[in-house]
Amino acid sequence: MRKGVLKRLSVLVLMVFVLGIAVGCGGGAQNAGDEDKGGEIKVGLNVELSGGVASYGTNCRDGAMLAIEEINAAGGVLGKQLNPIVRDCKSLADEAMSVSAALVDEGIVAQIGPLVSGNVQGSTPVMMDNGIPLIAPAATAPNVTVDEKTGETLNSIFRVCFIDPFQGTLMAEFAADNLGAKTAAIYKDASTDYGKGLAEYFKKTFEAKGGTIVAEEGFVKDDRDFKAALTRIRGKNPDFIYVPGYYQEVAPLVKQARELGITAPMGGGDGWDSPDMVSVATAPNLNNTYFTNHYSSQDKDPKIVAFVEAYKAKYNKEPDAFAALGYDAVQLLAQAIKDANSAEPAAITEALAKIKDFEGITGKMTIDEQHNPVKAGVIIEFKDGNQVMNTRIQP
Amino acid sequence: MQESKHKWIRFCGEVLILVALFTAVQYAITAGLLNMYYQINLTSMCINIILAVSLNLINGFTGQLSLGHAGFMAVGAYSAVIMTQFLGQPFAIGIIAACVAAAIAGFIIGVPTLRLKGDYLAIATLAFGEIIRVVLMNIDYVNGPAGVVGISKLTTWPVLYWSMIITILVVVNLINSSYGRAIVSVREDEVAAELMGINTTRYKVIAFVIGAMFAGLAGALYAHFFYIIKPETFNFLKSFDILVMVVLGGLGSTTGAIIAAIFITALTAALQSFPAIRMILYALILIIVMIYRPQGLMGNKEFSRETFNRIWGGRK
Repeated sequence: MRKGVLKRLSVLVLMVFVLGIAVGCGGGAQNAGDEDKGGEIKVGLNVELSGGVASYGTNCRDGAMLAIEEINAAGGVLGKQLNPIVRDCKSLADEAMSVSAALVDEGIVAQIGPLVSGNVQGSTPVMMDNGIPLIAPAATAPNVTVDEKTGETLNSIFRVCFIDPFQGTLMAEFAADNLGAKTAAIYKDASTDYGKGLAEYFKKTFEAKGGTIVAEEGFVKDDRDFKAALTRIRGKNPDFIYVPGYYQEVAPLVKQARELGITAPMGGGDGWDSPDMVSVATAPNLNNTYFTNHYSSQDKDPKIVAFVEAYKAKYNKEPDAFAALGYDAVQLLAQAIKDANSAEPAAITEALAKIKDFEGITGKMTIDEQHNPVKAGVIIEFKDGNQVMNTRIQP
Repeated sequence: MQESKHKWIRFCGEVLILVALFTAVQYAITAGLLNMYYQINLTSMCINIILAVSLNLINGFTGQLSLGHAGFMAVGAYSAVIMTQFLGQPFAIGIIAACVAAAIAGFIIGVPTLRLKGDYLAIATLAFGEIIRVVLMNIDYVNGPAGVVGISKLTTWPVLYWSMIITILVVVNLINSSYGRAIVSVREDEVAAELMGINTTRYKVIAFVIGAMFAGLAGALYAHFFYIIKPETFNFLKSFDILVMVVLGGLGSTTGAIIAAIFITALTAALQSFPAIRMILYALILIIVMIYRPQGLMGNKEFSRETFNRIWGGRK
């Protein structure tokens, strides 16, 4: 019997081998053909087009493609056209790594995306090993650009969005100063670092401003019934309810809160930014709710107005923050290539770290030593189902 | 005398093939012939082979429908990471810890639930996988939902390759031993097996624990290659991915599981260039295979050298 086992094994392994060789050869040939093209700059778009957060990735891709189109129409960068290579990472960290490796293989000079922090971290080692810059449009976790163990900034990783703590701080300031809230309840998404991070900094800032947190509850991803916790919160009668989470859970949550007769203002982070909020929670229920965001499509800034019009003309939909951030990520990259006067990844990385007062759609940004942009955030209010810009807060 | 001599020659030949394959890939990596993209997919392939072969032992050979394989993988991944990243132990200790922890988890889950049958067992194991995930989410020591980031890359080709070979060897030899006969008899007819004096629960638990142990091994290898692990990685969809490989390859065929693991990993990678219709194509291909090969690619047959000789037209 022993013999048979080994026989099978050997044949199997042989098959793996043959397959490996076939795949390997195919790749080698492909590479050789690609590297000769000098007239274009390849930009990788590694975004979530399927899976849990597909809507973020799709909008970001649309924004980024618009920027690339505009840049190319205006003659490209350094006289070269940008050539986008779009790939789907399925909202998975390991897939993001594999996609990044494939993109590096195709000779990209920089990668835009993925959107979610965990997926950016999946592709981080590939970018670091190859010294190719990654611009994360919307990864808000603090440890995306910094190695937690050593405290060192990750050389190749940049972002164009503000980080989680800032959103929590922003909303706490708004609740305390603009809404005059003295007590607040937190009902956070306890299954994500995003929800926990926002809640933590909201609490810190709100308490520092003299407010009290009267209740802290949590939900997890895919929860659909929030009535029990909401009833407990109603009993505490807070002036403000902070709900950091993603729209899939937040939309039904807000609806159920209003159905229970909770009239207090509610607020959250950029995870609220989705058309699904209005379709699920309905317009009247969303009145008196606010969220922090990277930008507002209602902003009267001429730059933003032009962007919104171009986007609407091309895709026939309203650009959300992910679209704007995708657009900014590409523009930032183009700026860095111009500053460096070179399309070499190393030169771009260096130029990205030195970006100062870059005028993006989502605000003026300066990249700090931890590769985070210092920029403003906006508070958006839902009014009869429409997103209306309330205020802009500069740190 | 002649026969045993032949055996020895064959055995040596097979070992040689294994070593040659190992050396060839090792050389390709050090010489830079295999770029990062292929290395990543090769790693995914090997890890998926370990997962599929070990799940096939539970689902295919023992006939117990388990949907919690990703849970055992998570136990292994986190145990190994705690050992290597938090406690500063070498990778070998991490791997051993992963196997032991996953095997213990398999034993704890297996003893009560393996008295259940069919759908009930499937639900119990599915629930186990979810429990593991939610528990990990709430342990701050391993950063809860954010997961552990920056895991050093310790899964090298030698570790990966020999882990895969050991997994296959153990599973194949187990199935061909007297234990294996008992395990297969449980699948064929549990009542008849019991009447023949086989302690069915015992054999089910043995298969379950061994399957879980190798899932833990796969978890450890996964964690030390992919830089980040978070509870969400090991959700029930991951369990289903592995189940798809097992069913696609053919329940009760180790070679089938291996072929399917390679096929699915290669398919996922090949479809990367079609981001918009990727998942549609993936699903379509699975549906087509299932329509034309409902018993899976290999059925419950093995691809052995006899088959190979037959195809080759060689006679002995």
